[in-house]
Amino acid sequence: MVFSEIKKLIERYENAETTLKEEDMLREYFSGDDIDPRFEAYKPMFSYFSLTQSEQFTKDVPLKPERTYRLYQWISVAAVVVIMLGLVFINPFSTTQKTYADLSPEEQREYHDAMMAFNLLSSNFKKGTDNLSAMTQLSSAMKQGEESFTRLTEFDNATDKIFKYD
Amino acid sequence: MTQADFLNIVMPFQDKVFRLAKRLLISKEEAEDATQEILMKLWHKKDQMGQFRNVEAFAMTMTKNFCLDRLKSKSAQNLKIVHSNYQDGRTSLQRQMELRDSVDWVGKIVETLPDQQKMVLQLRDIEQYEFKEIADILNMNETAVRVALSRARKTIRETLTKTHSYGVQ
Repeated sequence: MVFSEIKKLIERYENAETTLKEEDMLREYFSGDDIDPRFEAYKPMFSYFSLTQSEQFTKDVPLKPERTYRLYQWISVAAVVVIMLGLVFINPFSTTQKTYADLSPEEQREYHDAMMAFNLLSSNFKKGTDNLSAMTQLSSAMKQGEESFTRLTEFDNATDKIFKYD
Repeated sequence: MTQADFLNIVMPFQDKVFRLAKRLLISKEEAEDATQEILMKLWHKKDQMGQFRNVEAFAMTMTKNFCLDRLKSKSAQNLKIVHSNYQDGRTSLQRQMELRDSVDWVGKIVETLPDQQKMVLQLRDIEQYEFKEIADILNMNETAVRVALSRARKTIRETLTKTHSYGVQ
């Protein structure tokens, strides 16, 4: 490339007006040995650019383990939250009792129905026990009968004394 | 998306991410950490990746934001890496002797540039992106990109010629 051409290119380069292609041309020119001494100052600039271009990232990136580890962390946090909520809301040792006033009208109706059923059951039981009182009378009559039997035993003793058997 | 698919997507530009991070953070170790961090973030977003128009540009933007945040928190901790003493070109002779290797010297000059110019220069002269892509990545308009780039290039050249003439005297 001729001097004037380079000069023009460099001027435009410094004003950031060159295209990537033109910058490639400059890079190529300055990577060669045949450089006009008036442009000497640009040489290290361009060799710096091509030198740094070859720098590479050599470290490994640990992708998988980090992620699963985090997932487990969150699962344990969730578990703790669930346990805490369970303790707060479903307390098995809770001693709070409901009164009749706490019930909704529907529940109150059900309560009445249940009470009526229980009352019916209990009145039937009562009838049963009334019938049983007749049995008690029977038992006392039996007792009287037994007493008359004891008299008979005494009579038997007396006859034994009279008729002595050999 | 499996790990292999992800690596296939990421492979072509992970070096670019690393180089941009290195340009901004200067230290190689920090740049490696930053690259790791960014790839990890991308991995966690892998399910949304189909929605991105351009994963590479997105990754570069992430890199820019991440590194600038890093630098900010670092300066807040008063741990800033100080390399700003070359800017005026009145460096001591001894310093010039140390930096005889002129390519190294360019690297040092680049370090003194403002972050924005550093990034534009990196994306254009090293990664060779189009102006439109750079504007996209850095969230600037194209004119601003050109201005920043022009300033960066001129600063480097001027500093180099100054050094050169000092060397001759």
